[in-house]
Amino acid sequence: MKTRIPILKLNEVLIVSIQWELDDQTAIQFQEDLLNKMHETSALGVVIDLTPIDFIDSFIAKVLGDVINMTGLMGAKVVITGIQPAVAITLIELGIRLNNVMTALDLENGLDKLTKELEA
Amino acid sequence: MNLGSSVEIITEWDIVAARQLGRNEAKQVGFGTVDQARITTAISELARNIYLYAGKGKIEIERISEAGLVGIKIIASDEGPGIPDLRKVMEDGFTTSGGLGAGMPGVKRLMDEFKVISEVGEGTTIITTKWLH
Repeated sequence: MKTRIPILKLNEVLIVSIQWELDDQTAIQFQEDLLNKMHETSALGVVIDLTPIDFIDSFIAKVLGDVINMTGLMGAKVVITGIQPAVAITLIELGIRLNNVMTALDLENGLDKLTKELEA
Repeated sequence: MNLGSSVEIITEWDIVAARQLGRNEAKQVGFGTVDQARITTAISELARNIYLYAGKGKIEIERISEAGLVGIKIIASDEGPGIPDLRKVMEDGFTTSGGLGAGMPGVKRLMDEFKVISEVGEGTTIITTKWLH
């Protein structure tokens, strides 16, 4: 039972849409796949869209936080988009802060933000 | 009237099974999306604690009704090492697993009632309830 999250390339940006609830293995596999893809493509930015995701627990949050820091180490910028109200509320109540992370309401705004950031 | 179901927590996959069961129950009780997310997340954290600290255990999910209120009760039980210092695990930021799991205070904030019974060497039982308001 192994599923992989597709990672698309658009110019110098990688786009990831997480479409279903992440289990631990898929989350860790994604971490590796994304870093490898960045290395292969020399991408400068990543947008991770979480629109369909209706809950994030501390483990998934940690994997996401780690992936953002790792991506930063490789010289790229990450924008997280599409966090639902229920997800934002539970993450904060749970006591999880995703610090220093660029976020945007949706994919479109996220790509805009990232493009501006990369031009700056 | 109590309706319940349970999931044995032995592997990582059982964490997924427990939270899916919890979300379905929460939906059927009539909880909105935010409370569904709270209940699902709480179950995920409790199941993960069992998996990380006790190795195996059980998550029971019951629909409850009392004095005209309906709700959902989650019982997480294991026969693991137990918690030596209950006060400490209820502090924000306390962890023995290197930052995995948001810990008990987080789960307590997501739910309405929260009780821990733990005996060193015997195991831990956590009972937590969310009422539909």
